[in-house]
Amino acid sequence: MAHIYSKKKTQQGEGNYPKKETIQFLLNYSQALSVINYKGEKFEVLLN
Amino acid sequence: MKDVLTSDATLVRDYIKGDEASLSLLISRHQQRIYSFVYSKVYDKDITEDIFQDTFIKVIRTLKRGGYNEEGKFLPWVMRIAHNLVIDHFRKNKRMPKFDNSGDFNIFSVLSDGDLNAEKQIIKEQVETDVRRLIEELPDDQKDVLVMRIYKDMSFKEIALKTDVSINTALGRMRYALINLRKLIDKHNIILTN
Repeated sequence: MAHIYSKKKTQQGEGNYPKKETIQFLLNYSQALSVINYKGEKFEVLLN
Repeated sequence: MKDVLTSDATLVRDYIKGDEASLSLLISRHQQRIYSFVYSKVYDKDITEDIFQDTFIKVIRTLKRGGYNEEGKFLPWVMRIAHNLVIDHFRKNKRMPKFDNSGDFNIFSVLSDGDLNAEKQIIKEQVETDVRRLIEELPDDQKDVLVMRIYKDMSFKEIALKTDVSINTALGRMRYALINLRKLIDKHNIILTN
C-alpha cells in the first residue's frame, strides 16, 4: 500500500485558542476588579 | 457544579452576582470562536492575542459595572466588541503606519491591486452601516426618495410617479435629505471616510 508523505492534517482547532497566560490574566483581572457605587457614580477599584 | 448545559444567560447572571467561576466557563466556551474571528481579520497571533484580551477586559468591566442588558445574546455582544476593536486596530495603524527598516526594495510598495484589502473592507462596511443608520433618522418622505435614488437607482421621474408627487418635489426632498444627513453627521461627529 502506498505511503502518504504529505504533512499530517493539523488537529482540529489547533492554534485557534488564546494562550493560557492570557486567560489567566483575564481571570485574575476579573477577581481584582471591583466596582463601587458612590452617590450614583461608579468607581473601579483594582485590588492586588 | 456548572456544566455545558448551563446557559450563557445564567452564567452571566451568576458572574454579575460574584461567581468568578462562571466567567471562566464563559471564556472557555467561546474563546475559540472569538479568537478565530479576530485572527481571520488581522492574521497576526500577537495582535489577535491583544485584541482577544482587550475584548474580555471590556466585557468584564461592562458586566461588573452593570452595563450589560441580558437578552440572551452574550456571544453576539462579545463578537461585536471584538469586531469594533479590530476596526480600532486598523484605524490606529493607518494613522501610524509601520516603518519597514529592512533597507530592501519592496516591490509591493509601488505595486498594489485595486481591490480593497481586509482593513479597508471592514472600514467600508462600518461606513455603510453608519450611513444606513443615519438614513433611518430622516423623515419618511425624504428617506423614501433617498433610498429609491441611491439604493434602487431610480430616476427622479420614476420616484415622482411612485410617490405621487411632482419631479420638483422629489428633487426638493432629495436636497433636504442630503442637507439633513450632513447635519446629522456634524451633530454626531461621525467620520465617514475610508
